Amino acid sequence: MSKKKKMAWNVSLIVALLGLLFVLEQVMPSGSMLFTVLKKGAIYALVAVSMNLLNGFTGLFSLGQAGFMLLGAYTYAILTIPPESRASVYQYYDGGIVNFAIPVPLALIAGGLIAAGFAFLIGLPVLRLKSDYLAIATLGFAEIIRAVFQWDKLGPLTNGSNLLRSFPTFQSVLYPFIVSGICIALIVMLINSTYGRAFKAIRDDEIAAEAMGINLAHHKRLAFVISSFFAGVSGGLLAMYQTTIQASMFKSAMTYEILLIVVIGGIGSVTGSCISAFLFIACSEWWLRFLDNENFYIGSFHVPLLRAGFRKVVFAVVIMAMVLFYRQGIMGTKEFSVEALQGFFRKLFRRKSVKEE
Amino acid sequence: MEWITRNLPYLMAGISVGGQYALIAIGYTMVYGILRLINFAHGDIFMAAGLILVYSATVMPMYLAIPLMIVLTVLIGFMVERVAYKPLRTAPRMSIMISAIGVSYLLQNLALYITGGLSQQYPAIPWISDTVTIFGSTTKRVTVITPVLTLVLVVLLVLLIKYTKIGMAMRAASRDFETSQLMGIKINSVVSMTFIIGTFLAAIGSALFFTNYTGVTPTVGAMPGLKAFVAAVFGGIGSIPGAVIGAFIIGICENIIKGVGLTTFSDAFTFALLIIILIAKPTGLFGEKEADKV
Repeated sequence: MSKKKKMAWNVSLIVALLGLLFVLEQVMPSGSMLFTVLKKGAIYALVAVSMNLLNGFTGLFSLGQAGFMLLGAYTYAILTIPPESRASVYQYYDGGIVNFAIPVPLALIAGGLIAAGFAFLIGLPVLRLKSDYLAIATLGFAEIIRAVFQWDKLGPLTNGSNLLRSFPTFQSVLYPFIVSGICIALIVMLINSTYGRAFKAIRDDEIAAEAMGINLAHHKRLAFVISSFFAGVSGGLLAMYQTTIQASMFKSAMTYEILLIVVIGGIGSVTGSCISAFLFIACSEWWLRFLDNENFYIGSFHVPLLRAGFRKVVFAVVIMAMVLFYRQGIMGTKEFSVEALQGFFRKLFRRKSVKEE
Repeated sequence: MEWITRNLPYLMAGISVGGQYALIAIGYTMVYGILRLINFAHGDIFMAAGLILVYSATVMPMYLAIPLMIVLTVLIGFMVERVAYKPLRTAPRMSIMISAIGVSYLLQNLALYITGGLSQQYPAIPWISDTVTIFGSTTKRVTVITPVLTLVLVVLLVLLIKYTKIGMAMRAASRDFETSQLMGIKINSVVSMTFIIGTFLAAIGSALFFTNYTGVTPTVGAMPGLKAFVAAVFGGIGSIPGAVIGAFIIGICENIIKGVGLTTFSDAFTFALLIIILIAKPTGLFGEKEADKV
């Protein structure tokens, strides 16, 4: 397939997807679980892809994603709360010290930039560490950030450990899709560029990569900063989705969830991360909901064990089974594409026709 | 003198918490020494030990509940190793670590399901929860017992590692995993033994730790777990005396920071210390030098 044709396929698929979402939104009631899943899924897809850029493509095992999301979310919220409602939000801190609001897209980018700035600073010392030490150090960094943002003295800026609210949010499901879509497209372009190839070289063999003239420190820092930028943007989106934010939300459990999404999708596959983000959110928020229902009957049989929280146990068991027996994840390191799909069907039909003979 | 009486409670609390961290940190450092794996689930096993005692204490007297808690916790540790880590022995390191995170996620969710998300009242263990007065400051007896008990257990452990056959096998396995297998060491039983010792100490640590707190929640294990890990890194991962000293230093510093009035930063301090130590001296205080330079 020629490059042009491929491009046309991809563009038309994306347009079709957006069109489908638009139609769905007109047809279905807005309270439907489907929209919850789609909105949250799109946000998690972005942060999962940004984590995949680090863990899957550059081979840096970082667990600081929740911290960068927190930075993005807080920056977004602080910069966009309208001045007139600041007095009520910052009621314990005399209306806070920020007395202006900037447009939403700018605030999202600012959230990303702040996260990236912190990533640059923290990356200077931390990126010298290897594999599991890096994981622990970044995890520790995320915990520090969370503690500092809840500090009382920073109250005029961060509202201490109180909620931040009444910032602008989105209604349409198209909004997170478009923003995440643009960001993921940028990440894909980065991965396919010379930088992306350098990242993969570092992942496969650091020494060989260095011998080939790749500046290790520079490229690792670049991957770390860019990944954090997009984590920050997704944090801003998450704030918009949740309508209120609080530092205590961004626990290390959040990073673990994102990591599990990446693993389920396949470490080193962008489309895999996207697919598994939606699957993960759909399972945890929607499809497995019935497990939390105590009065669940099949016919007249009262299913035992079902109680609040059972859903998460089943979910965790499934994930463990996946990690142990299906280590490649859904996509492995492959990408979903029209070409691969075509090839798949062609193979399927060929096999069928062979059998018929 | 006045300064001492004012700060003594913090110092004592610090030594006590340090001892509890030390008991957890040994589990981390031994497992890392042999498998090169950060056992993320260790903190959650510690939490599970707390929950087991909560539930067993409601149906049986304490002198039965505590041994049962220790046995069950050791069993959990053993099972976790057999189910989640053993099949991945030859897998890349990242896979094992992800598996460990998966176990931690599973244990936390399981605890959430069993407790219904509510904080469970920790039973008062007789004798060690009694109040005593030392130098004019009142505290629970556990504060005094913890450091003593920790030191006794650590000495026993060091003797075990130095003078028994299984201890020798552990040392060999941590020096060179493959070669020790060639020398006829049953590596699986050595690894299992490591997990059994680690979780046994964590179970005792949990009984001491939770006596100072009112309740057990599903996520309560994460923080002490991470701090104990930092202690293990600080002391030089793989070294048992290092882990113990690191844990005491962290426990004391943390409580002094709390005493000064910067409670928010007591957790942050631990991680700042981790980052500093990893950059300044990645092998920790007593760590062996890494053989591979590349």
